[in-house]
Amino acid sequence: MSTGAAWALVGLCAVVTAAIKAAGPVALGGRELPAWFNGVISLMAPALLAALVCVSALADGDHLAVGADTAGVAVAGLALWRGVSIVAAVIIAAAVTALLRAV
Amino acid sequence: MSEPAPDDPTPRAHFVAGVRAAIPFAVAGGILSLSFGVLAREVGLSAIAAIAMSAVVFAGSAQFAAIAIIGAGGGIGAAVGAAALMNSRFLPMGVAFAPSLPGGPLARAAQGQPVVDASWALALREDGSFDRWYLFGASAAQYATWVSGTIAGALGGDLLGDPEKLGLDAIYPTFFLALLGAEVRSGRAKGVAAAGALIALVLVPLAPPGIPVLVASLAALAGVRERAR
Repeated sequence: MSTGAAWALVGLCAVVTAAIKAAGPVALGGRELPAWFNGVISLMAPALLAALVCVSALADGDHLAVGADTAGVAVAGLALWRGVSIVAAVIIAAAVTALLRAV
Repeated sequence: MSEPAPDDPTPRAHFVAGVRAAIPFAVAGGILSLSFGVLAREVGLSAIAAIAMSAVVFAGSAQFAAIAIIGAGGGIGAAVGAAALMNSRFLPMGVAFAPSLPGGPLARAAQGQPVVDASWALALREDGSFDRWYLFGASAAQYATWVSGTIAGALGGDLLGDPEKLGLDAIYPTFFLALLGAEVRSGRAKGVAAAGALIALVLVPLAPPGIPVLVASLAALAGVRERAR
């Protein structure tokens, strides 16, 4: 890709990301929010994170695919559940995935 | 992992606590950004453009989505659109963060910028409010490794080899899994997590990338009923 196109990509991605991240804080500026709102917010993390886990482990574009990385993540998940650190889990995930792809 | 400390009065202490809590995620993110640096070079970005992208965009999934589109022969518009869709989850996350932010529109817009997944989740308290200095600290740690990892990947990619062969694509889901593990303490949170996962998986074949995760946030509306009781 040309130098100009690369910089256009970088600049536009930056502007779009900044606008999206600013939207919520600006739109809701200084407004009193109803009490039920906090109940919804506190549940937003499990909803979003579970979706991110599944999509990043299982989606390949517009279809679902189980691959070496899915197995790597599953083993790492087991390791996390057994109490290993996040860094160790990440290394396990990559190592298992790499091993499966090598054989 | 330490919890946000609501009683400590100084922003500095909250910031430092956030930095500390985010270190494991910052390390994982650093490895991930290595692969971003390599992949960005492969699709034709110069090293400096790849590094600049991490420095000014600082949104991993959006960056990966954008360069994947370029790599597949897509145009700039399609790549930016894919990045925007990937980032669409920051809309509900920003709405959630908003009540915890002081200041006028510009100050609030600026404080919304450091929001990334791990920081947002770490700084979210049980009552639905956020420890904003804790979030800023957590993002500072991740920003440092995100940019330096990209530098290493963009400049030293030849030494690293193929990120896919190294299994680096398994890092993202593991990263989110670790965050999720800390969030699903109650039975209700587990139910909402399962619902969010199901919504996202059903939508993957039907909607463009990014949208399944955005729509999955609707599972949190289960919290409305709870408060109304």
